[in-house]
Amino acid sequence: MSRLLTRSTENRRAERDYENLLVVDDVRLAFGGVTAIDGVSFHVDDGELYAIIGPNGAGKTSIFNCLNQVYHPDEGDIRWKGKTVLGLKPNQTAELGMARTFQNIALFPHMNVVENILTGRHIRMDQTWWQGALWLGKGRRDEFENREVVEDIIDFLEIERWRKQPVGMLPYGIQKRVELGRALAMDPDLLLLDEPVAGMNLEETEDMARFILDIRDELGIAIILVEHDMGLVMDIADRVMVVDFGRKISEGVPEVVQNDPEVIKAYLGET
Amino acid sequence: MLVDWLSLGSIYALLAVGFVIIFKSTQVLNFAHGALAALGAFLVASMATILQIPGRWMGSAPVWLKWTSSALVALAAAALIGLILERLFIRPMLGEGLFSVAIVTLGLDIVIRTVSNDFMGTNPRPLGFPGGTASLDLGWVVIPWNVVVSVIVTLVAVVLIATFFLSRTGVAMRATAFDQEAARAQGINVGRIFSLAWAIGSVMAAVAGIFLSVFPRRSTGVDTATAFLAFAAFPAIILGGLDSIVGAVVGGYAIGLAQAAVTEFLSNNPSFAFLGSGFGGVVPYVLMLLVLLIKPYGLFGTEEIRRV
Repeated sequence: MSRLLTRSTENRRAERDYENLLVVDDVRLAFGGVTAIDGVSFHVDDGELYAIIGPNGAGKTSIFNCLNQVYHPDEGDIRWKGKTVLGLKPNQTAELGMARTFQNIALFPHMNVVENILTGRHIRMDQTWWQGALWLGKGRRDEFENREVVEDIIDFLEIERWRKQPVGMLPYGIQKRVELGRALAMDPDLLLLDEPVAGMNLEETEDMARFILDIRDELGIAIILVEHDMGLVMDIADRVMVVDFGRKISEGVPEVVQNDPEVIKAYLGET
Repeated sequence: MLVDWLSLGSIYALLAVGFVIIFKSTQVLNFAHGALAALGAFLVASMATILQIPGRWMGSAPVWLKWTSSALVALAAAALIGLILERLFIRPMLGEGLFSVAIVTLGLDIVIRTVSNDFMGTNPRPLGFPGGTASLDLGWVVIPWNVVVSVIVTLVAVVLIATFFLSRTGVAMRATAFDQEAARAQGINVGRIFSLAWAIGSVMAAVAGIFLSVFPRRSTGVDTATAFLAFAAFPAIILGGLDSIVGAVVGGYAIGLAQAAVTEFLSNNPSFAFLGSGFGGVVPYVLMLLVLLIKPYGLFGTEEIRRV
């Protein structure tokens, strides 16, 4: 794990020259007449595990898509390390240090586990396309170094036995883990996890929870978690935001949010 | 026959490899590949013999040096044309169905062929390949130098491209082909990947076009039929599997062998004359059909993974 990522938690803290890692300021997004996000504000700090929960269609994934600029908000601002990300492309926000996983797994099914995670190293690799083709000197060194990082991640996520298998053939739970590995390979400052335990059984969920906690505690990477599994969120999150119909209805530490009457209303309906 | 096999096989393999690069990284079936090959050869003919760029400024440099630099200039032009075509015609089709894009490339094929044929006129344009008709005498076989060069270039290109697809940009290309949004989320600049694929693909097509035009039996040069001859590489591509570099090479040499062998056999056995004199040209398609009956994804193509 020590070799896993090049930038340690201390380095992250030392480099820091901003107040909050991520600030979302009154963001609004509408598709035609449908308002998906209606004035949501929140902030996330270094090393924080922040969870976004809410009923289906509440706008959770839309918030993610705004963060990494797949969608462009109609109003409001999103600041990353003090600078706006509005107008960037998704590949540029990825380069800034935002990595994400998808609700429906978006791996590259014909490629094997190593290659899939290697795509995550893309932005950290330092070689031109012709250096890669020549397979000499710098290109080759760079390739070996990055493959070592990939192997470390494979160790960390305990997926050694599937290394060379095309991911399309792996069990669902393992695919979710590979996708987490690919995001981790980007050496990000913030991980956006979109329902990492959706459709998993209890054992797989517990494994995933352990990996998520390890990522925060050992690597110091901030995480935003979108999840339906209430138990998981309340167990591991530092702070929780609840959204419903595109609006923030509650925010705070899990105990407070759990007992918020607004939240109970949104989830259980009026009594 | 060995010579025919090697030269045909190399040309088919080179064409197939260029096609596979574009397909593997962008999922575009590029039907304009043959036209690009002919255009590339015509560019070389223009630079080397007609315009003499950059030879006219090189004074008394040796002929091979002048020719090689002309060829490099022509290949750079081919890359540029690939970039422009991608930007103008393929990029706007991002996200459209596979077939729509394929039809666009069919249109491109017609346009490129018509325009370059207009420039060429009816006379074959010699490429001025400095190897001329000289041959390499191995004792048991005599191989023309242009065939030797084509085999070496093919093998070098194939090795480079195979390693390329394992390296950073190659992996990014394969990722882009599967899922552009997921690729973007990894910080991959999808537009740049498309440009690069088309530039490399067009250069590979042009290199194949050069060898096609200095082909021993048609050493007159590039003419209006060159694009049609290049089209015969399609059986090789499909035989090998659309997305496999190894398949492209094996397919290329297999089709080349079949065509050369059958042509040789027919010329020695007049009793089979009822098949017609051009039957050698049909063989690649027959072979392709036979293989597809047994292996629908080609010899080395990726089978679609279906979850049960």
